[in-house]
Amino acid sequence: MNSLTLLQVAWVALRVNLLRSILTMLGIIIGVAAVIIMLALGAGARYDVDQQIKSLGGNVFVVFARGRFMGGAREASGSSQGLTEMDAQAIEQQIPEVNVAAPTLRASGQLIYGNLNWAPEIHGVDNKIYTAQSWELAEGRSFSDTELASAGRVAVIGQTVKRELFGAADALGQTVRVNKMPVTIIGVLKGKGQNTQGNDQDDLIFMPLDTVRKRIAGMTLSSPKAVRSIIVQVADERDMAIVEQQLDSLLRQRLRISDNQSGFSIRNLAEMVETRSQTMQIFNGLLAAVASVSLLVGGIGIMNIMLVSVTERTREIGLRMAVGAEPRIILKQFLVEAVLLCAMGGLIGLTLAVAVSLGLEYFAGFTAIIQPQVVVMSLGFSCLIGVFFGYYPATKAARMQPIEALRFE
Amino acid sequence: MSHTVVETKALEKHYQMGGQHLRALKDISIRIAQGDFVAVMGPSGSGKSTFMNMIGCLDAPSRGQILLQGEALTQLSAAALAKVRNKYIGFVFQQFNLLPRTSALDNVLLPLLYNNTPRDEARARAQACLQLVGLGDRLDHQPSQLSGGQQQRVAIARALVNDPALILADEPTGALDTETGLEVMQLLQQLHQQGKTIVLVTHESDIAAFASRQLLFKDGSLISDRSSIPHSASAELALLRQQRMKEVAV
Repeated sequence: MNSLTLLQVAWVALRVNLLRSILTMLGIIIGVAAVIIMLALGAGARYDVDQQIKSLGGNVFVVFARGRFMGGAREASGSSQGLTEMDAQAIEQQIPEVNVAAPTLRASGQLIYGNLNWAPEIHGVDNKIYTAQSWELAEGRSFSDTELASAGRVAVIGQTVKRELFGAADALGQTVRVNKMPVTIIGVLKGKGQNTQGNDQDDLIFMPLDTVRKRIAGMTLSSPKAVRSIIVQVADERDMAIVEQQLDSLLRQRLRISDNQSGFSIRNLAEMVETRSQTMQIFNGLLAAVASVSLLVGGIGIMNIMLVSVTERTREIGLRMAVGAEPRIILKQFLVEAVLLCAMGGLIGLTLAVAVSLGLEYFAGFTAIIQPQVVVMSLGFSCLIGVFFGYYPATKAARMQPIEALRFE
Repeated sequence: MSHTVVETKALEKHYQMGGQHLRALKDISIRIAQGDFVAVMGPSGSGKSTFMNMIGCLDAPSRGQILLQGEALTQLSAAALAKVRNKYIGFVFQQFNLLPRTSALDNVLLPLLYNNTPRDEARARAQACLQLVGLGDRLDHQPSQLSGGQQQRVAIARALVNDPALILADEPTGALDTETGLEVMQLLQQLHQQGKTIVLVTHESDIAAFASRQLLFKDGSLISDRSSIPHSASAELALLRQQRMKEVAV
């Protein structure tokens, strides 16, 4: 009996009990679909994270001064200064692997335009921020040297700020008030959208460092050029470890901090995102594991139905043996039936998974990526389930004695 | 002397039933020649079914020997016996044992699936066999669409399709009314006339009378083996139909 005939016989047997075959397949369908969807969502989340890392730059460190920035209690305890613009310059000049080191300040305040108001993050920056954080201008220009040097009352705003204050109208050249100080909008950033935590990355406003330092924050600073953090972009991602060490020793030396003290922290944004994404990966893995349990349950369902089917078709088996079917062929026939059930279940499950993934992407905004190896694996695995759970019923059929089988009522 | 199809030598079959030793067949030595039409008779428990299972290679003897077409069948594996059955034996059962929801043609094709007969040849042979039993116009009918007599004829076509050395019919008329039973016997007699070797198991002596040789079993022993001039199934069928006509007329 060749394989095509076997397949045909199995197909006929399954079609004869159509409803039962479909119900039996359902276990596999749901199992396969669940596994594929979970893995697709996992891969999608992974992709999102990768994209975010890319947008942050996987090659970016953020150096924070710790507890030494503004007049807090900790400042008195140390003799060192906080981070300054000079530190940023030193980093850029003394560490050759560093592409750019952008000093930044943060302040809070309210923007008022006409009768509208909005409270975005206020960043004091110089033009290095565009490289360091991969910002691009949608319109307008960046700060001129004069504006940077003289604490110019100018600002570049993010897309969200533009939308909230100006709507569709032109923002360039308009004057808004930041904490009552009039500021002219000279540029609008291109949008970056949400990050993986759902935070709006476009809800910010850039102003020259000095402007924020002197006119908005109004803070008493340990140094006239103090900054809150320095964003360090490394030219080659492979140099991250070396640069981290060099940053550490350079800053310890400049800030006069001994090895056993900590006065600043160096954080890798990509790493932070990575850590969060690992939690998500574990969660997704767990869901996929739960989904594979349903696949297992589906397999047990196959075994159950195959056992019923073997008992029900005892006379048929007897007859087939009487007209010349060897036990081996009976074994094959029932195995093929089980595998066919599982394979079809797997295929339908795959189709369902694709449909659900597309639906989730389209309607719920998830990123779902069905990887080819997942498709191959899940189909292969469902066939394996067929072999595994079909084997016992098939052996039971093959071991029947023809006379007893023929007389079975 | 014509060619021997089946020969048994001191054949014994023992069963162990609830601690009791049962000799289902006792020392059966018999020879069935090519072209024989043998009726195996006896009450239930006489051993006639056991005997049929033995010569049909469905069961292995406890002692003694069976030779089928000169080949000794003892000591064969289940797989080897399946091949022997496929090649040499055609079965007809009391309950027809057709595959449900499967066309007459596919039912007849079944034995050919197991010896890898090429598809076209298999179809042609199955069609020819169905034509031979008078069902050439019902190839696509499923068992549920056929009468009992037609179903049994499909079963006979299935038994014939591999051109076996021996046709084994186990109570082929048992599930049929008298007239259809006679039709089936008529068909078997025709096949016999065409040279087929047939062994018929029955407990009805008037059915056995259509065979040319009667074996009588009792308590596992063969107690009589005689040849007779067979009754004609066609003649009896004609007679029966005449009577029916009269009954209808009255």
